[in-house]
Amino acid sequence: MSRSILRTIAIPLAAVVFGLLIGVVLILSQNASPATAYTALVVGGLGDADALLRTLQKATPLIFGGLAVAVAFKAGMFNIGGQGQLLVGAVFAAAVGFGIDGLPMVIHLPAALVAGAIAGAIWGGIAGALKATTGAHEVIVTIMLNFVAGNLTDWLSANPWKDNSGNNIVARTPLVEDSATIPTLGAVPVGFLLAVVVAVACWLVLERTTYGFEVRSVGHNRNAAQYSGIKVGWIMASTMAVAGMLAGLGGAVESLGVDGRFEAGVNVGLGFEGITIALLARANPLGVIPAALLVGLMEAGASRMQFKAGVAPELIDVIQALILFFVAAPIIIRWVLRMREDNSEQLRLGAGWGQS
Amino acid sequence: MSEVLLAAHNVTKQFPGVLANDDVSVQLRPGRILALLGENGAGKSTLVNILFGMYRPDSGDVIIKNEVVDLHGPDDAISRGIGMVHQHFQLVPPMRVVENIVLGAEPSKRGLVDLEEARNRVVELSGRYGLEIDPDALVEDLPVGMQQRVEILKALYRDADVLILDEPTGVLTPQEADHLLSVLRELTATGLGIVFITHKLREVLAIADDIVVLRNGRVVGETKPAETNESGLAEMMVGRSVVLRVEKSVAQPGDVVLAVDELEVNDDRGQIAVDRLSFEVREGEILGVAGVEGNGQRELVEAITGLRHPMAGTMRIDGEEVTNGSAREISKKGVAHIPEDREKHGVVAVYSIAENSVLNRYHRSPFSIRGVLRRDVIERHAQEVVDEFDVRTPSIAVAASSLSGGNKQKLIVGREFSDDIKLLIAAQPTRGIDIGAIEFIHRRILEQRDKGAAVLLVSAELDEILGLSDRIAVLYDGKLMDVLDAQDADRERVGLLMAGITK
Repeated sequence: MSRSILRTIAIPLAAVVFGLLIGVVLILSQNASPATAYTALVVGGLGDADALLRTLQKATPLIFGGLAVAVAFKAGMFNIGGQGQLLVGAVFAAAVGFGIDGLPMVIHLPAALVAGAIAGAIWGGIAGALKATTGAHEVIVTIMLNFVAGNLTDWLSANPWKDNSGNNIVARTPLVEDSATIPTLGAVPVGFLLAVVVAVACWLVLERTTYGFEVRSVGHNRNAAQYSGIKVGWIMASTMAVAGMLAGLGGAVESLGVDGRFEAGVNVGLGFEGITIALLARANPLGVIPAALLVGLMEAGASRMQFKAGVAPELIDVIQALILFFVAAPIIIRWVLRMREDNSEQLRLGAGWGQS
Repeated sequence: MSEVLLAAHNVTKQFPGVLANDDVSVQLRPGRILALLGENGAGKSTLVNILFGMYRPDSGDVIIKNEVVDLHGPDDAISRGIGMVHQHFQLVPPMRVVENIVLGAEPSKRGLVDLEEARNRVVELSGRYGLEIDPDALVEDLPVGMQQRVEILKALYRDADVLILDEPTGVLTPQEADHLLSVLRELTATGLGIVFITHKLREVLAIADDIVVLRNGRVVGETKPAETNESGLAEMMVGRSVVLRVEKSVAQPGDVVLAVDELEVNDDRGQIAVDRLSFEVREGEILGVAGVEGNGQRELVEAITGLRHPMAGTMRIDGEEVTNGSAREISKKGVAHIPEDREKHGVVAVYSIAENSVLNRYHRSPFSIRGVLRRDVIERHAQEVVDEFDVRTPSIAVAASSLSGGNKQKLIVGREFSDDIKLLIAAQPTRGIDIGAIEFIHRRILEQRDKGAAVLLVSAELDEILGLSDRIAVLYDGKLMDVLDAQDADRERVGLLMAGITK
């Protein structure tokens, strides 16, 4: 068992090492010290309570975004729509958060979270339902829905739900009520704990329930799933809705726990990073947690690295891209490490391209 | 006549984990037909792929016309006079026969294809070898037997002295197959040498001059038709004596289980594939559906098992209408289904044997309770299936993809047979698996019949249909030609019906 786990994480681990090693070369090319830079990166992400809080805050939406992609992957679909699902989740959670007054926290906060989750579920579910009924490819539909979500949330936060306090001219909602704000326990934001719980729940559902069995069957062999009596269309639609719900929850946690409101343009890109996370985690919901922590740490420590070592913070993006590259092209790592092809459940990028 | 047209000399080829060819030597002389016989995975395909330049041997030599050659690809082999007719035709269906034949070696005039010249040469060629064909017909309009002829002409057009045919009779009716064999015999009169790959013993005995039997990558026997017989060959192939025909008792048909009435089903392109079919299957009998592949069998099976919606007509199981029932509703009625394509429908390759063993029952108690899978129960069940159906595997935790075809099929059969079956739909239940597993699965199917199940057996192997069925329905172009009692059916009669000929 431990050997198979080792084999499963070997590729992502090696990808991280390779990415950091190439990062050394890039740092040297900027006449900076790799040791100083990487030390600063780690201290900036883990050095004290503030740093840890930053890392966990950065990791939280990445976990949700990563799950949104990983869960869809399990059903054989590529969810590029995490961004849009996250945005609608963020804006609707914020709307419930600032729009209702006088509720106790035990009702208000869950209500706001659920609003975000439902909004995301609808957004993802549209793509899944279209796939199931018309065969419309989820990649295309989710990409288009990203644009719709972007414009919709811009408009909502600039018009009906705009923050009209003072001289505000920014497209943003008012701050959410205290009763809808996600608290922090010491250095640990409750949103992060929620993300971890949700990730574990996703894993349990996928691996231990009949629904998860159906999802995985559809993902691995749609024909065999149909043969065994699984309603393939329903599984595709519902899985995409769950994926959207996860991204929507991520957006809700951003609005209610980090930003305190929805502001247009603030969350851009977060949904896309979910793809990186899911790949790094090899679509395993539990793997999403360390993958998100790693990327969260790098992002949290980037500014300290810039400050201490004089390295451009974009370096972190480059290293992330390199890691992603090595994960997506494991053949390079296998060649370097002389590893044999493994038989574990493989992630196939672009699975379903060219099919209906 | 000491010339050797084509030979493999001590050829060894290793693939990861398999020694596909182990010190194999074969030899083909002009005017002779060499039959390569062996089960799936015995190394026949690897050997001909080496002879045709697709693979290079790890050691050993390929000899063409008394000369050791180093083939760098099929082009190399073709230019040296080796022609190959693949099991799956390599034709361009919307193009004309003449265009297909010259494709890749077109005669040209000032940089343009000289179709006139091409046509003349094709006509001359087909006249010379007695392979009549309409050079202007579209390939897609030709019956399969004619398409095969185009493939043969394609090789002859490239001046082949050697023809390699990979399972050439698999897609033909018995009569077409017999005709092909006589055509091949005539071709050898011109000095052509033929390598003939098959797993059908009857054909080997009918056509071959020399027989080479492969098992596990090695040559285990060389013989001639006069020196052996079917069971001798089967024994060589398998390595032990085998029962070619399972003993079966007389059927005791009971009530009608499956009643199909005026059923009409479309194929994926929306064409009528099953054309107003009516038949019944009773408990305790096997109704065999014979027919050349692609005559509506797949669509019929998919409609009965709920995987495809019929356009018209009705189906009843035990008198209850199930015409538009889902796959699950139909399976709940006690219907088991051995699908024709085990890789596509039968197993989830990356799933463990345990997971595959509950593909049709994971949602039921005791395998899951309130939506939660019970792994211990599932694993116990998988172990039972593996033990009872002799699935050869190191453990139930390994992925189904690591099983051989025969063991995968036994896993599927074991899974489907774990309940009391009212109706068994067995589609190509022994395709591409070894003789031992075939014997095993045939016995299990008969066992189900004797326990009272109604069995619908769909197979492209006429021997299987004739060996197991109590009644035989012949399908041609989606229509039911006739239903015969097994004792009235023989190869000749069924073969004609398979070709759509009712006398």
